[in-house]
Amino acid sequence: MTERQFAGALAIAVIGMLAAIGLPLSSEPAMALYGRPLPLTATLAAAALFAAAGLLPPVWSIAAGFAGVVIGCAMSLDLLGDPAIAGNAAFGFWLPVLATWLAAGLCVTRLANLRPRDNAVARTVNLAIPLLFGAMVIYLWEVAVRGFGVPAVLMPSPGATAVRFVHSLPMLWADFVQTFILGMLTGYVIGCGAGFMVALIAHRYRFLGQGLLPIGNFVSALPIVGIAPIMVMWFGFDWPSKAAVVAIITFFPMLVNTLAGLAAAGHIERDLMRSYGAGHAQTLGKLYLPAAMPFIFNALKINSTLAFIGAIVAEFFGTPTQGIGFRISIEAGRMALDVVWAEITLAAIAGMAFYGIVALAERATTFWHPSYRT
Amino acid sequence: MPVLAVVLALLAIWYVGAVLMNMKLVRDGFEREETKYTTAELIAGTMTAERPLLAAPHQIVATFADDIFGYPPNSPRSLIYHSAVTLSATFLGFVMGAVFGIFLAILIVQFRTLEKSLLPWIICSQMVPILALAPIFIVVLGAIGVHGLFPKALISAYLCFFPVTIGMVKGLSSPDPIQRDLMRTWSATPSQVFWKLRWPSAVPLLFASLKVAITISLIGAIVAELPTGGQAGIGARLLAGSYYGQTIQLWAALLAASMLAAGLIALVGLTERAAARAMGARS
Repeated sequence: MTERQFAGALAIAVIGMLAAIGLPLSSEPAMALYGRPLPLTATLAAAALFAAAGLLPPVWSIAAGFAGVVIGCAMSLDLLGDPAIAGNAAFGFWLPVLATWLAAGLCVTRLANLRPRDNAVARTVNLAIPLLFGAMVIYLWEVAVRGFGVPAVLMPSPGATAVRFVHSLPMLWADFVQTFILGMLTGYVIGCGAGFMVALIAHRYRFLGQGLLPIGNFVSALPIVGIAPIMVMWFGFDWPSKAAVVAIITFFPMLVNTLAGLAAAGHIERDLMRSYGAGHAQTLGKLYLPAAMPFIFNALKINSTLAFIGAIVAEFFGTPTQGIGFRISIEAGRMALDVVWAEITLAAIAGMAFYGIVALAERATTFWHPSYRT
Repeated sequence: MPVLAVVLALLAIWYVGAVLMNMKLVRDGFEREETKYTTAELIAGTMTAERPLLAAPHQIVATFADDIFGYPPNSPRSLIYHSAVTLSATFLGFVMGAVFGIFLAILIVQFRTLEKSLLPWIICSQMVPILALAPIFIVVLGAIGVHGLFPKALISAYLCFFPVTIGMVKGLSSPDPIQRDLMRTWSATPSQVFWKLRWPSAVPLLFASLKVAITISLIGAIVAELPTGGQAGIGARLLAGSYYGQTIQLWAALLAASMLAAGLIALVGLTERAAARAMGARS
């Protein structure tokens, strides 16, 4: 995008902000922006900052642009506090929202096109871009839900979800322990551990390995979650059945990946170990396992998402009265969608945190791998 | 040969497991009727129990064959009927997910901003246990009057767009800078660069990710039938089997699901080979 296009698009945003001042805010009778001193000041300030962003050099223009975006967002959220506007928002309300969105998009684009030379700055920028993008999506979601007056039965606003999340922390914690720690984590450890051990044995005895690899490949493509009702029948409603489902689901990807990884050690290295007179255990510990690490971590990552799905699906077939999957299906049936979304937020945070921990462990263990060298 | 040996060994383990796990059940049955029984009768009983803890493989195959051939294909007792219901959701979801995934990948490859802002969220979206969303989709879509196939297909699509997007982003950006420079010296337009360079070099990765996507799509369709309390489909069959303790029926449904998965992968594989031949690959 050229400087001209950037400035031109920002000019549209400025015009949008200014034009909104005279337009009606609501389809109900309500005071327009010019009669509300605080939002009026905010609108003017945001418009001024957008204009400044179009004229300043890149780094300053981004700062000015985002300052304007924050003010614009705060202004429209404040307006939604007026019951005459929430649910009946009219063009005068949506125009600043759209203008703010446009300005935010432009600033993020400009931020993404910056090529900072310093590594630390580049990393911060690369982290900031998706966060800003996410914040903007949540803002638009909030404004759309409240501005159009979408009934809470269909889609609660992010704000309502956050309030519900904070208010029902004890319940969420109990569900988290039941599904995540007892059900998923136990099964994950058992399944990955068993897959790893079997792979080691299959690697030692070639015949077994040749037989297991195609079968493992085939089975890991099957819809194994279907085993959930049988496990519930065997192990009862409580967490052991969930752990069993998770263990079976995670077993095969681990087996296949570890076998592939153990085969990844090069011929030269193997010959070198042989010429050192290394035994099987030594070769395994010093050559095969380190070479297999990237594959093993790949399986751990795949399994972290599979395991969560398995634990939640198993809860659809019967649970004691807690657990994320149980709560979601019960509360969705009662149309309490804010609880459902709070549970989903919990699941998302837990899932991402778990994946993040696995990824960090991978970085710490396989820092030597070419994919991390820059 | 090793595969055959391992399969036979697994079957043997299965039979031993079936005998051991069903033993108590059968013994209780004999004792309740106060009949005398021999060990041979006991073992025979474990093989033919009506609601075994672990069904023996031959029982599963028999029920499977019976469910397929024993009823007319449109009867709700026929596995063909249930498979067709699940398959239609799988296909619809797969097509929606694949098209959406390719579309996203094209956007991401064309716009650098999207690669930086959207791609991390796409990856994060997979850390979220998406199946947890299934009941909400159903409830929300049901509230605005959408029932039946579409909500299920939507869950399948949500699950299977991800591998397509990731694979296509990788594939579309796989041409070397040298090749792109060559296109520039020929003064190719962006659309020419896309259709003559980027797209052909992405096709192998596209099919690799489509194979992953179609199995995920099947899983999505099956799981989506659970919270909907679906009347038909393999997932509904699993749910009914678990409610009424019909273990053999459960296993037969699982067998059907596995066969569907294998068939779907083979189908994508065939398409891949046809596409490769059409693009001039020599096998």
